[in-house]
Amino acid sequence: MTNTLHRYGPAESFRDDYVVFAMCSKGRNDEGSVEKLRKFLVMALDYRPVNLGDALHGGALRPCTEMNPAAHWQRDTTPDFASVIRDLDAPTTVAAVFDNRPAAERFVSDLRKADLGLSINISTSVDGAEQCCFAAGIPRHSVGYSLGFEGKTEKLPDGSVLLLSTMCGHGMVSHNLAKKMIDWVKEGRRTPEQAAAYMTRFCSCGVFNPSRAARLLESAARGE
Amino acid sequence: MKINPDKCVACGNCTYVCPMSAIYIDPAIGRATINRSECVECYACFNGLSQEHLNPTFVRTLRKVFKLARLRFDPEPDVCPTAAFEPDPLEWPRVVRRAFSDPRVPHESTGVHGRGTEEVKTNDISGRVGPGEVGFTIEFGRPGVGVWFRDIQKMCWALARAGVAFEKKNPITSMMSDVATGTIREDIMGEKVLSAIVEIKVPVARTEEIVRLVWDVENQIDTVVALGVGARCDENGDENAVAPILEKLGYRLERAKTNIGLGRITNAA
Repeated sequence: MTNTLHRYGPAESFRDDYVVFAMCSKGRNDEGSVEKLRKFLVMALDYRPVNLGDALHGGALRPCTEMNPAAHWQRDTTPDFASVIRDLDAPTTVAAVFDNRPAAERFVSDLRKADLGLSINISTSVDGAEQCCFAAGIPRHSVGYSLGFEGKTEKLPDGSVLLLSTMCGHGMVSHNLAKKMIDWVKEGRRTPEQAAAYMTRFCSCGVFNPSRAARLLESAARGE
Repeated sequence: MKINPDKCVACGNCTYVCPMSAIYIDPAIGRATINRSECVECYACFNGLSQEHLNPTFVRTLRKVFKLARLRFDPEPDVCPTAAFEPDPLEWPRVVRRAFSDPRVPHESTGVHGRGTEEVKTNDISGRVGPGEVGFTIEFGRPGVGVWFRDIQKMCWALARAGVAFEKKNPITSMMSDVATGTIREDIMGEKVLSAIVEIKVPVARTEEIVRLVWDVENQIDTVVALGVGARCDENGDENAVAPILEKLGYRLERAKTNIGLGRITNAA
């Protein structure tokens, strides 16, 4: 899930961003993996994730193909974790997103005990992941470092936009939408939480962190 | 992707959500229009926008009345009020755009969704990157810039000249007509995708050489590159082989994806 690797920002900005994901490897441990992946999602609920998702059906906030126009005035932004768990029907990657380290640490400890046999990865700051492993008594197996963005970086928007848009590494949250949401929060047209929910619905695998997004939107709106 | 002009009410919501900024309101027809050259068929518009099914004539009339009063019709920003987006059948080679850009479409070559590769995420059971080795994921076009295959080609040729081996289970490798020379099939050179990853593996001793090679090619291509470096940790969970080299080259290692080694082979033989 490289889509979680290249999130923009210094290590400190990931203090409320812990993506724990599970996947199987085709031909090696994919047989019977759906129920194990589902168990991963169910176990995550105990630690109050801010998002859950699978790469086939999306996250806990999804777009609606038959939206009632009345929803404009009372849009539901409650994450629907039950749908994520129910809809999982094929081997894929599943993810749980937490906005605090203690929750991620306890979840990883639980995963160790559950021994699902799936590959488990933590995507956060290098130090944050080490702390989770340490708390669970697990030595890291492998690490994939993000070296950030290079090349024609003049094509990229400013940092406040990148902090938001790169939370969907598949690129489904556009820079323009992120900029628009910063402006709307700045103008008081939406709350940071509402603006974060709009962006979250575009993430097609449920790894967007709406809690971090709301914090970043609030900061950006204040010009920080 | 296409926008049905009979349904579109030119609210403009889709112009913001397109990752490639390929959608614009054409003043000549008063409808949202897709720049087909820039569209990468990622389906963010079709899959990401919620859809209402309002009557287009009603909405257009409403907008005209509002406009007269200098008021603005202001739908939710993640909604297409008339469900105007309609996927159109994609033929070769344009279908390659969607395969590399829509994360919900699995790559046929690997069966993996997203960018189609497992990298070090399953290294605990695949052994893809072993002790003394370093795996590079060289990703083009991310975030939100996109990349033409002709630019990816330049990097692949440079890497092949350096004698590196391309990862077999990778969608870009599967698009090569000659893996030894890193030559990608000619008929997709004119296609643009949201992002794509080239994967290689070399001994740790070649880390600096490869980074410098990537830096050199980055100057020759018209996009951004996100570099990922995968390494195996030792029995204590430490990784002291690759990180010092990267730090010496000036990188600050802020974020990583960490495989915690709980996977195991469970399929029947």
